[in-house]
Amino acid sequence: MAEKKKKIEDASGLSLSPDLLELLAKFQEIELEDFELEVKDLELWFESGALPRQLMPPLKAATPAMKGKPTELMMTQFARPIETYPGKIVEVKLGATKGEGGTRGKSIIIGGETSPAFYTFERPTVHPPVVTLDVFDMEVPLSKAVKMHVKDVIGDPAAWAKLAVDKFGADMVTVHLISIDPLLKNATPKDAVKTIEEITQAVDVPLVIGGCGDPVKDADVFAEIAETFTGERFLISSITADMDVERCAKFVKKNGHVALSFTPMDLNLARELNRRLYDFLGKEDIVMDLTTAALGYGLDYAFTNMERARLAGLMGDVELAHPMSSGTTNAWAAREAWLKMGAEWEPRELRGPLWEVTTALTLLLAGVDLFMMMHPAAVKTLKDVTANLVSGKKADPCKFVDWVSTKL
Amino acid sequence: MTEREKKSKVGIKELSPIDVYKLLPKTNCKECGQENCMAFATKIVNREVTLEQCPPLLKKENEKAYKQLKEMLKPAVKEIVVGTGDKAVKIGGKLVMYRHEFTYFNPTAIAIDVTDEMPEDELLSRIKSTEKFSYEYIGYTLKLDMIAVRSTSGDPEKFKATVKKVVENTNLPLILCTLNSNVAEAGLMAAPKAKPLLYAANMDNWKDMAELALMYGCPLVASAPNDLDMLMSLAKTLQAYGVEDIVLDPGTFANEGLADTLNNFTMLRRAACKAGEELAGFPLMGVPMVAWMDKGETAEEIVKWREAYLAGMLIVRYADVLVMHGANGWSLLPNAVLRQNIYTDPRKPVAVEPGLKVFGTPDENSPVFFTTNFALTYYTVASDIENSKTNAYLIVVDTEGSAVDSGVAGRKLTAEKVADAIKATGIENKVKHRKIIIPGKASRISGEIEELSGWKVQVGPRDSSEIPKYLVEKWQP
Repeated sequence: MAEKKKKIEDASGLSLSPDLLELLAKFQEIELEDFELEVKDLELWFESGALPRQLMPPLKAATPAMKGKPTELMMTQFARPIETYPGKIVEVKLGATKGEGGTRGKSIIIGGETSPAFYTFERPTVHPPVVTLDVFDMEVPLSKAVKMHVKDVIGDPAAWAKLAVDKFGADMVTVHLISIDPLLKNATPKDAVKTIEEITQAVDVPLVIGGCGDPVKDADVFAEIAETFTGERFLISSITADMDVERCAKFVKKNGHVALSFTPMDLNLARELNRRLYDFLGKEDIVMDLTTAALGYGLDYAFTNMERARLAGLMGDVELAHPMSSGTTNAWAAREAWLKMGAEWEPRELRGPLWEVTTALTLLLAGVDLFMMMHPAAVKTLKDVTANLVSGKKADPCKFVDWVSTKL
Repeated sequence: MTEREKKSKVGIKELSPIDVYKLLPKTNCKECGQENCMAFATKIVNREVTLEQCPPLLKKENEKAYKQLKEMLKPAVKEIVVGTGDKAVKIGGKLVMYRHEFTYFNPTAIAIDVTDEMPEDELLSRIKSTEKFSYEYIGYTLKLDMIAVRSTSGDPEKFKATVKKVVENTNLPLILCTLNSNVAEAGLMAAPKAKPLLYAANMDNWKDMAELALMYGCPLVASAPNDLDMLMSLAKTLQAYGVEDIVLDPGTFANEGLADTLNNFTMLRRAACKAGEELAGFPLMGVPMVAWMDKGETAEEIVKWREAYLAGMLIVRYADVLVMHGANGWSLLPNAVLRQNIYTDPRKPVAVEPGLKVFGTPDENSPVFFTTNFALTYYTVASDIENSKTNAYLIVVDTEGSAVDSGVAGRKLTAEKVADAIKATGIENKVKHRKIIIPGKASRISGEIEELSGWKVQVGPRDSSEIPKYLVEKWQP
């Protein structure tokens, strides 16, 4: 295991590591059965078609009358459009080490940006985005392309968490406490505490604590976990407007955790919920989730919402100046991510994770700081791209010109 | 504050319909199809109609006003046409940097490459598969746009023969790729009227390439890899030379060059849209196929994967035209959909009217479904019911634009709303049975729906593509 981990870390550049290649190659050999995806909180957002696009006629711009054609290059300079912004994205610390009052091996800071995402011509990225991998506390229907990588650990969340960290390179782990759903197993808060206990023993990365979507039950379970694991700076995922916001904010604050403020695709609702949280929590205790829709199923709304929020935060709107989290796993809600389609679109074992990658990278460029993800190949790619973007390395112009004449 | 900074604070041009109206002929002749000139002016500002749709404006006596309006409506990024006829592609024409500021026009054109050393059957099959690429997505047909012909031989005769073969076999617009002006000229001679995009003028060959562009009336790419000063110098020089239609290529770099790549694209677009920098106001070209350059021993699937996500990032970050080598459905589809998404008009509402929709000619024994009023949910479900060729009723519940799962999670789709919708639609008078098929993703509220509505719930498939199969296996009135 240690050997493999090393390999992944060593893989530099955008190249997928050899074992990942094996991973991808393997996909093609497996005959998948009918789809049976669903993660609890997958969201589908749809859009109707666009208005008929009105194309503008080609412009007949008046060409300046030339006395004669230039014989030498007319040298000029490009004025780099650098801007400054009055606002700054809040820095939020996730996880706490022993010295910080928790038991994690390290803590992770997200946010702190003073420019739009990866405008490194303007300012370097302060804290590169991080990835937290999904772990479920009971058997859930998963897309086969994902399931094949975790089939041995389904039903054993501690082992799953360990796999996510050791093999797939997760910075953090999200524990989805599906079993507490009153309509499913209705597991008790004590049961949930036990699951989290096992996971904190198995891995030492910061954790995200995910609920089942029932506003009352989630609050009860979160309260128990917050108390038991006081000081750990877990990210509590999530606090929504229809929960007892005051109660939740209080137990999050009292026990030194972080709230994930979740709202459905509406910046005004996001501002409103954050304002309610400010009565009890510091700004540095809040991460926001503005809702992620899958590529092809409303990604445009998610992208624009996040891009707007980030720009607004930088322009001084403090209510939106929080780090952003994205439920990128929602990419698998798109039928094109998992459906068996015509031969010309296969293999879906590659199409599926690429769907998640494309969703993730689009939102990376909108400013997401924390990615909740699913497929190991998608995670690997996001981490590689991020590493390259913040590496400070330069492009080598010589590497480009040959694309025209290279024989492939 | 410098002049530049002042300008950049203005951002998108605030254009009011009144400004446009003042310059219109004010005949209220309705020849444009609008009620009056003010209505036409409003549509002009929203870019829903074009000036050319106003016949009086095109008359000689209104020439000055027409020119003024043209200038007023000029996009920050010039629109350039490549190719001729039905398949001609428009690139650029961008008004804004961020799509929420208005909307993006002219989706990124995607070109697939062929070479002048490819065996003929391979050449023809690549052209054919590029033309054949087609995916139906919410009422749109997603297609590929262009063929990029690369000269790997450096031999003018070979290039000429290949370009000839290509134009004989496709109407798709071309990008002719070579840095050798003799080779370029040979290629243009084989397609003299096709108005291809010529790639590329660089610091060495610019004069010859500019001559060719003028001679053949084709748009020309200015290329200066990772050197924006040189790129602007080339653009300035080409413009002075008389070349009007310029495309900018700041270079595309994978791996460690990714940051510079995104920075260059972003700076150029910001300079054009926010600082009004005219020389930056041309369409941008990205070349994701550079992912193939350092291929080494890497498996092809992995290279295609890298090329695909590089393309995706460039679609998001302002590329107006892309050249790709990997021509596989699985790697192209995500980008075809991404491009459609990013170029969707953000001003458009996300919800459809709630109520009862009828499919075919249902009777009192026909199945009754419900779904949400989020537009894409509705269109997807509707098209799947249509495909099943079943006569059926579909109740569209007002979930304030939420999809099924997010609606259930966010309490926008509740048993109360479903029960109310059953009442409101009067479906009880249209069918004899009392069975409603609910989305599989709403199974969590099935019990409550039965309680509140008195209807028997049948939990349907989790994805509506399964509806035809479901009806055959499970539906009994």
